[in-house]
Amino acid sequence: MIALSDYLVFGAILFMVSMAGIFLNRKNVIVLLMSIELLLLAVNTNFIAFSHYLNDVTGQIFVFFILTVAAAEAAIGLAIIVLVFRNRKSINVDDLGSLKG
Amino acid sequence: MTFEQFIFYILATMAALSGLMVISVKNPVKAALWLVLTFVSTAGIWLIAQAEFLGLVLILVYVGAVMVLFLFVVMMLDINVATIKEGFTRYYPLGVLTALAIFALIYLVVGPNRFGLEQVVPPVMDGNVSNTLSIAVPLYTTHVYAFILAAVLLLVGIVAAITLTLRRRSPETVLYQNIDKQVKVRAADRFRMVKMDAVKKEADINEEEKD
Repeated sequence: MIALSDYLVFGAILFMVSMAGIFLNRKNVIVLLMSIELLLLAVNTNFIAFSHYLNDVTGQIFVFFILTVAAAEAAIGLAIIVLVFRNRKSINVDDLGSLKG
Repeated sequence: MTFEQFIFYILATMAALSGLMVISVKNPVKAALWLVLTFVSTAGIWLIAQAEFLGLVLILVYVGAVMVLFLFVVMMLDINVATIKEGFTRYYPLGVLTALAIFALIYLVVGPNRFGLEQVVPPVMDGNVSNTLSIAVPLYTTHVYAFILAAVLLLVGIVAAITLTLRRRSPETVLYQNIDKQVKVRAADRFRMVKMDAVKKEADINEEEKD
């Protein structure tokens, strides 16, 4: 028997890893996008675990929509990266500071 | 430890370790491949949680489409690996500390003391329930508005991605075929009658020799 906490702790580990990736990675925007995908995966795992244990399918429908949004977001994000690379010849995060944020 | 638990822990360890590799390898192609492994093992965990439809969709959509998109972009960009190899930055300790703190917070909330086997009893599932059917029925009835909105969102995604990456070339650099002009053309537009002497004049020949 797998406890609900096992799923949730697994989601927390994935969340932690991908957040560390976003914090630490300053070299490559593509890896940042991958970290965001991992974050969404961790959240989706939580949704599915609760959906299973509460015996309510709404959580899985929510995951379905999150997957849709994530796919669209990945496509647009990659398009933006291609655009940035075309204009600047670099996707290094440190080079993209012209907004001074 | 039951067989189910054994599989779960193996898949969870695989997913966590390959997630670590995603953020730590220098080469973005390798990162994408590790991400594929993470997705596949997480799909296995979703299968264990009896979300069969979404587990398979995760493999089909993410491993099949999104990761190929990532690899495609990595291939097109021609990233300089030498600059990427500089490694982590000065935020290394702070980032690790923040991530661990967030994990500790989440663990305190959702750890075994609150959501363990004693607190939340696993549901007994009927073997005859089709997961795809039980997702599809509310998806097309209760949530049909959101479903159509998701379709519109994908359309917006297509339009946005194409308009962003569309290269607008100026007519000076690229030669386009103008069919109107080609059809309307007359012989007089292309062909010019020139009147000239059959023999060159003396003065012109002398000038050419000077050059």
